[in-house]
Amino acid sequence: MKEILLGKLNGHALPHEWFTIGGTVAFVLLALFAVIVLTWTKRWTWLWKEWLTSVDPKKIGIMYFLVAGFMLLRGGLDAIMIWLQQALSSGASHGYLSADHFQQIFTAHGNIMVFFVAMGFVFGLINYIVPLQIGARDLASPFLNTLGFWLYIGGVIMVNMFFALGGEYAATGWLAIAPLSETQFSPGVGVDYWIWSLQISGIGTTLGGINFVMTILKMRAKGMTLWKMPMFTWGSLCSMLMVITVFPLLTATLFLLFLDRYFGMHFFTTGSGGNAMMYTNLIWMWGHPEVYILVLPAFGVFSEVVSAFSRKRLASYKSQVAGLIGVTVFALSVWLHHFFTMGAGADVNAFFGVMTMVIAIPTSVLVFGWIATMYKGRIRFTTPMLWFLGFIATFSLGGLAGVMLAVPPADFQLHNSLFLVAHFHTMVIGGVLFGIFCGINYWFPKIAGFRLNERIGRYSFWFWIVGFFVAFVPLYVLGLMGATRRLDHYDASTGWQPLFIMSFIGGLIIMVGVALQVVQIIASVIQKRQLRDTTGDPWDGRTLEWATASPPPFYNFAVIPEVTTRDAYFEIKQNGGLPKPKYEDIRMPRNTAAGIYVAAFAFIASFAFVWHINWLAIAGIVGVILCLIIRTFNEDTEYTITAAEVEKLEERRQKKHAAAKPPEDAEDMGLWEFIKIVVTWALDVIRNKRWRTW
Amino acid sequence: MPQKRKKNGIGRTVGLIFLAFASLALIIKALMHGHNIALFNSKGMIAYDERNLIIFTAVVLLSVALPTLFVLFFTAWRYRESNSKATHNPNAVHNKLLVPAIWLIPTACMLVLALVMWPATHRLEPQKQIDESVEPLTIQVVSTRWKWLFIYPEQNIATVNFVQLPVNTPVEFELTADDAPMSSFWIPNLSGQLYTMTGMVNRLNLMATVAGDYPGSSAEINGAGFAEMKFTARASSRADFDQWVQQTKQSPKVLDAAAYSALLKPSENNPPAFYAATESGLYDTVVMRYMGPSDGHPNHSHGHHE
Repeated sequence: MKEILLGKLNGHALPHEWFTIGGTVAFVLLALFAVIVLTWTKRWTWLWKEWLTSVDPKKIGIMYFLVAGFMLLRGGLDAIMIWLQQALSSGASHGYLSADHFQQIFTAHGNIMVFFVAMGFVFGLINYIVPLQIGARDLASPFLNTLGFWLYIGGVIMVNMFFALGGEYAATGWLAIAPLSETQFSPGVGVDYWIWSLQISGIGTTLGGINFVMTILKMRAKGMTLWKMPMFTWGSLCSMLMVITVFPLLTATLFLLFLDRYFGMHFFTTGSGGNAMMYTNLIWMWGHPEVYILVLPAFGVFSEVVSAFSRKRLASYKSQVAGLIGVTVFALSVWLHHFFTMGAGADVNAFFGVMTMVIAIPTSVLVFGWIATMYKGRIRFTTPMLWFLGFIATFSLGGLAGVMLAVPPADFQLHNSLFLVAHFHTMVIGGVLFGIFCGINYWFPKIAGFRLNERIGRYSFWFWIVGFFVAFVPLYVLGLMGATRRLDHYDASTGWQPLFIMSFIGGLIIMVGVALQVVQIIASVIQKRQLRDTTGDPWDGRTLEWATASPPPFYNFAVIPEVTTRDAYFEIKQNGGLPKPKYEDIRMPRNTAAGIYVAAFAFIASFAFVWHINWLAIAGIVGVILCLIIRTFNEDTEYTITAAEVEKLEERRQKKHAAAKPPEDAEDMGLWEFIKIVVTWALDVIRNKRWRTW
Repeated sequence: MPQKRKKNGIGRTVGLIFLAFASLALIIKALMHGHNIALFNSKGMIAYDERNLIIFTAVVLLSVALPTLFVLFFTAWRYRESNSKATHNPNAVHNKLLVPAIWLIPTACMLVLALVMWPATHRLEPQKQIDESVEPLTIQVVSTRWKWLFIYPEQNIATVNFVQLPVNTPVEFELTADDAPMSSFWIPNLSGQLYTMTGMVNRLNLMATVAGDYPGSSAEINGAGFAEMKFTARASSRADFDQWVQQTKQSPKVLDAAAYSALLKPSENNPPAFYAATESGLYDTVVMRYMGPSDGHPNHSHGHHE
């Protein structure tokens, strides 16, 4: 009876190791704190109405940023734990983690960083910026967008669920390669948590992909042909097209693994006709494009930033677009380079090696295009530009290592070594994450209404980039020394320890960079009067998102501008600015909680599958279907803002901006000043017992 | 918004960056204190060829990447807003050769690499025997949880976590796995790695050229005992090898069904073991067990084969 009710869930599952107990306590305290703050300030209704049920891509984008930023800290903690273990665990010392625990940590680290940090940030940027860049007021399907976001949240909770409820996480590496991930070798619930965390967030990603492809193709401002589309939108379009192409593959692969584990089937098992090599092929057919899904929007960000801060049109625009499309197409035909060592034979290996080299060509074209854009430009070295230059330094190193790995006989030696680990960290940190930081620094004034502190931003950049090289160059060397990845222990005779320690120190330097980014944001909030952007166009931008206010009204544009050239807003400014607005009625989508309900039921079903609680799984699936059906019968999903109302709103905002004091010509706050302000504030709070008035 | 910067700010930054990279290299060199870079310290024919290929690829790529990087950072520095000497021209029209150039330079670079890579991939294909006219020494490898079993079919001996081979003799490893996840067989000093999988035989040909002890491991994660799943590969003279075979034949242990069954039990950090004789056809049985139409769970059948 108990088994029918609770499946495999019982007292043994509850947290009982120091790290799960610690995690549980931390999460519960954090949740309690949030609840107390929300209740104290009476913000529950506000939170629900203004944010959680919102279909505004700008608000959803901000929520993506917050969750991804939080997960960056969570995944960063994992990274530090991995580094520390490897720095300690040489010879007689076995470090402070068991092999199993260590393996769970690096698996979680990989999943969190790729799915919930990089994907979260990329979707955040796309949500916020793409509609503004193409002059749209909302998305093709606002409901799909909120549903996708909440499925992503479901994945985030699922990947952390073992902290709250117990069990363990997968100890298989981030792609849970079969047959290691089969019940035979991983009998616990760890792999099931892995499957369902990726499954629900992956379905959310697919929905997001469909939505954004529709939005970009169908909802551009009048006059914006494909050849006039901004580069970030191009990067996002290519990325989302790839999402639609390959994410269903992930869904199917995970489903087959689920069938193996739940129903004892034999798709990828060692015996009974299972074929584990099929799993490796399928997961990499998705997994390789996945990295390009992340990096293409980042390429787009860099193209925007280089052009804006060189005060010049992007050079060789068509070649750059062709480069993006080239990467998109070829990314689908290189997956086998992840397992040259499986023994497919020389012809197959050589073919995929050539394909991988081909993909380096469009990528190089993008780099050359950026150089040509800077040529004869008037370059401002703002923080976004610094992140771009940092990206170039790291990305070319990583790209070089990548082409080396594309040569099959070289790969036989480099594969599975720390050289490989260093390579993909260079690509994902140097390419994707730096691109995201670049984009956030660039678009922050648009999002918040004030720009970020440049000075502390520079500090954080330098800590990041120095830490990056100190952390990852030793890993390249270690790989050449024959160090394999994922080692929880190694012999002292290898002489690897000093380099592992150096890498760990690099990790700590990166952490300082992360801390400074948090400081950067806080300092900017403190100083926001000086940093305020009243024009909507703080950088002298070139694309449409700068044509509206900062932050934009919920309808993005009171009047959608007409596009005649590629750098649409730059052209408008050259021709004397936006014309006097002629307001008209605006149709906007209504907020909906349906996405939350569907995702909640999907989460319940997934949770039930993890613990083999059949009745609950069925209930969850029925709930999903019912919610979707009920939602489809809701025809009142839009409302109208009349032209008069728009005019009133616009006037009110203009008045507010006019009243706002223009930015003082003050230096951005430095670190020392920041510390002084915070200490003074804290002393003031304590001395005058200010919490009483909160 | 533009930051106030001292005149030579960027020039000094560039100098600092060079200094930083130089010191990074020196620190790493110092931290390695004489430990060898296995991939560049090749002791076998295949590893040596692979090493040369790695170096060649790196050199070709650097010859394009370094100038590109130089041009990029120089351009960024040269056209900085505060540089009144540079011509800033936002309407600069690009040379007609720009577009062909940016496509042709990387294409040429990749073409060179591909033209070297294609034959190299065929030459260094692990399945290909080193010398078609010489019958290689066959060593059968079974990865289990978490140890390496080596069977010498011609010598009729077996070892665990230790493999000895004669130098200047082509050796063919026949790789498979039993009751274990995918692993990867790797001796960096002698050759690149290849996966071991249940029901599959992968062939890895190599030839040691210098005598010595070389570390081997599983490069692919395969569970809790992964990090300690190591072995020593000893390359020795032919005479030493023959003597070692004779010595191993004196071992009291025999690899029979019971001994093999014990090896399949998961265990970590196993010391080397030596078996005087093996059950005939053991390796083929191990491979074929996973081939049948409905052979059931391998756990139920091991140890009972003929």
